[in-house]
Amino acid sequence: MARLIRTEKEVEGRFEEVWLVVEEDALQQWPAGAREVVGQPATRVDGLERARGEAVYTADLKLPGMLHTAVLRCPYAHARVARIDLTPALARPGVHGAIGPRDIPQLEEECGYQGTAVAAVAADTFEQARAAVAAIEIEWEQLEPVLDPDEAIARKQLVGEPRERSRGDLEAGLAEADIVVEGEYRTQVVLQSSLETHQSVVQWVGDTIEVYTSTQNIWGVREEVSAALEIPGDKVRVVCHYMGGGFGSKNDADDFTFIAIELAKRTARPVRCALTRREENIASGNRNATIQRLTIGAKADGTLTALGGEYVNATGWGGWSTPVEGPMQQLYSCPNVKTTTWGAKINQPPMKPFRAPGFVEGTFGLESLIDVLAGKLDMDPLELRRKNYAGNDPSDDRPYSGKNLMECYRRAEPHWERRHDVRARSTDTVKRGVGMASQVWYGGGGPPSYAWIRVGSDGHATVVTAMQDIGTGSKTAMAQIAAEELGIPLDHVTVTIGDSARGPYASLSAGSSTIPSMGPAVRAAAADAKRQIIEIAAQRFDLEERVLDITVGNVVSADGNLTVPLTEVLGLLESAQILGKGARGPNPTGMTVLTFGVQVAEVAVDVETGEVWVDRIAAIHDVGRVINPLGAESQIEGGIIQGIGHTLSEHRLHDPRTGQILTTGLDAYKLPTIADVPEIVSELIDQPDEHLTNLGSKGLGEPPIIPTAAAIANAIRDATGAEVHELPISREEMLRALKEAKERGRIGAPKEREGHRAPAGV
Amino acid sequence: MPEVNVNGHAYAVHGAVGTTLAEALRDELSLTGTKVACGEGHCGACTVLVDGIPTLSCITLVHAVDGAKVTTIEGLRDHPMVYSFVRADALQCGFCTPGQIISAVALVDSKAAPSTEEIRHAMAGNLCRCGAYPKIEEAIRTWQD
Repeated sequence: MARLIRTEKEVEGRFEEVWLVVEEDALQQWPAGAREVVGQPATRVDGLERARGEAVYTADLKLPGMLHTAVLRCPYAHARVARIDLTPALARPGVHGAIGPRDIPQLEEECGYQGTAVAAVAADTFEQARAAVAAIEIEWEQLEPVLDPDEAIARKQLVGEPRERSRGDLEAGLAEADIVVEGEYRTQVVLQSSLETHQSVVQWVGDTIEVYTSTQNIWGVREEVSAALEIPGDKVRVVCHYMGGGFGSKNDADDFTFIAIELAKRTARPVRCALTRREENIASGNRNATIQRLTIGAKADGTLTALGGEYVNATGWGGWSTPVEGPMQQLYSCPNVKTTTWGAKINQPPMKPFRAPGFVEGTFGLESLIDVLAGKLDMDPLELRRKNYAGNDPSDDRPYSGKNLMECYRRAEPHWERRHDVRARSTDTVKRGVGMASQVWYGGGGPPSYAWIRVGSDGHATVVTAMQDIGTGSKTAMAQIAAEELGIPLDHVTVTIGDSARGPYASLSAGSSTIPSMGPAVRAAAADAKRQIIEIAAQRFDLEERVLDITVGNVVSADGNLTVPLTEVLGLLESAQILGKGARGPNPTGMTVLTFGVQVAEVAVDVETGEVWVDRIAAIHDVGRVINPLGAESQIEGGIIQGIGHTLSEHRLHDPRTGQILTTGLDAYKLPTIADVPEIVSELIDQPDEHLTNLGSKGLGEPPIIPTAAAIANAIRDATGAEVHELPISREEMLRALKEAKERGRIGAPKEREGHRAPAGV
Repeated sequence: MPEVNVNGHAYAVHGAVGTTLAEALRDELSLTGTKVACGEGHCGACTVLVDGIPTLSCITLVHAVDGAKVTTIEGLRDHPMVYSFVRADALQCGFCTPGQIISAVALVDSKAAPSTEEIRHAMAGNLCRCGAYPKIEEAIRTWQD
């Protein structure tokens, strides 16, 4: 039965109170442990078509008569269009349409960042469109850019209101502390760098706009387009069967989609608008830089008494201020916590979410300073973390739906124990060490999400839902869940996704939500179909429904007297089908749903050159029940590798004077390669969250990238005594930290105890 | 008009001077298995074999490969390396995968059982943002299984 509830909905750490229509989730969870299909390693159901190059991505789509678009983007960090004339562009060969400021809201005259879209041209070929854009006559009035986040805050140039979160009394907590440590940490701008750039192909078919787009959020794009064009949602068809990476940056329709829609309207032709790599590196989003001024107070036995944080998100010209304070609020039990988070509006491209936005950055600061504290207390960093373990959510004292962080710590022990051997392998110039960091993040998903399933007389089933698989393997997980519930082999299940006109509403793929949101709906749909099959079998064999079940493709009775192939029952349907439908039930009320984990990193540091190598990372995460251990391992490895890039090599640089972005190509912006990968050991607790849905599964997309930077920084400190405070840990930053450590005294000696100072103001 | 043999079929390519091999393959021959991710020769997604040599098709002019034998992912659809990538879960979003497989096939053509160092050396020019690298290494190590 449908039920209307008022509830808190979370996406990427942003909460809002909403009305939701949910359906009850009556299914019992399966017992813990691997089952016939769920919990078994499965290769991707769409692996072969992707590997063979048969999968058609948005980038590969070629509609008859399709035009190509080039976009004129502002070349300055801050400028105003003084004059623009599109006429010369319209006169160029192959050109069919041109639009500029005032034609659509996405094209602007006031440009707050390099890359702001100003005008666009559609032509027969991309080269013609590009040449026409170059022919547009434009005069710029350059304006002074604000680039320093602290200056932006001083000028009250903010994105959103400053966010203050407080419990207890920070000053009192600091006063009762035996020891106080503080530190300023900075993180850089990094780029999501999806290999398929942001793009859409659109065409008008009658009064319907078809939008083929590389997106993580089919239904969000439908909603945005429908609202902007003031047409009904079902007159917008959004399609994304395969997409080449998003990592959080593809949750919106964005300027390129609306440019394509307008040009398609004006030219009566299908239109492609695709970002080039150079545009992608400027105008498609980024993980914004942060400044974190942190203070920790503790008793001599390690008990935390105070946590204070002044956080600055340098969000750029738009976007939102990420929950960079989240780890300080939620990781440890501490009675006195106060954080203030500012969003600084500067003349740089707007942020977009990037894999655990805020928590990656905030964990680097907090977990680095926790190890500094452990050093001063002369306490084992693992013990310090255990000592301050939060049994309930420390921010509001609600119980957790499920938390196995202690078990993660226990399983980390053998990896942590290696530090003695690792350190012993140090030489005069290459120092080795081990560090750890904890992880906390959301990932519980939520309603609404729906799935349909149809089961044919051949015993094969098709799951239909309009979700997207952004490369995480969620399509495979859905097939496993349906196969498990129906009692049929995995290869008897097909999953049809990616089209808002060909399936029910589905969750976006952000916030590690696809499996925890969609999985329970798919299981419910399969259970609905299974119930109908058993009803038919009961009538056919004159047995009670309650004694019948479906296992391994057979309908069986509890007493073992009946075993008939499923196809014998379904065969009664001939060409007809059983139809099942399922919905995601509500999240548990009054409980906090989070994911947890710990990573242990082993590094080597050349103290002469400042070069850092990561040799090994052990990752232990708690995300509830694991649907596909093979795909889960891939998620962990991918997250860690992106984390290593974030920690050591990736840095979107801009000229500090003009704000010009300097790393617009993949030559200058250094993504990790296969040669940068350490040994990765991954482990999952795989204990269903007993309060969360009929699966007990949470998301794993984001958790693995969260603790990597801090674990590496702590391993560097363990190896050298040097405290790094900035990402990326370039050779300059490493040599600076080594020099500072040397000046403090013997390398490796703990820093002198400092008096307490209030956190530096912003 | 350059003539190119692609996956065993001879084609006369009409593209203007300046057309890249990637454009000719994708736009003219509709062989979209070859992906373009940067268009500047920095990421390896567009890798194809030209006379057996892994080549960045996005920065190779089609007129420069007149008379050459080009192999794209469409020509390797039943190569054991394709199945090895799927078996090892050596792909996530899959956008870089055809290029990865081409580079991997070129590697094992020259040495059937390459060492880890040789794999890393040969594959370092193929970026994978999803970070499937450990599994890619495994797929190349176990491709003959």
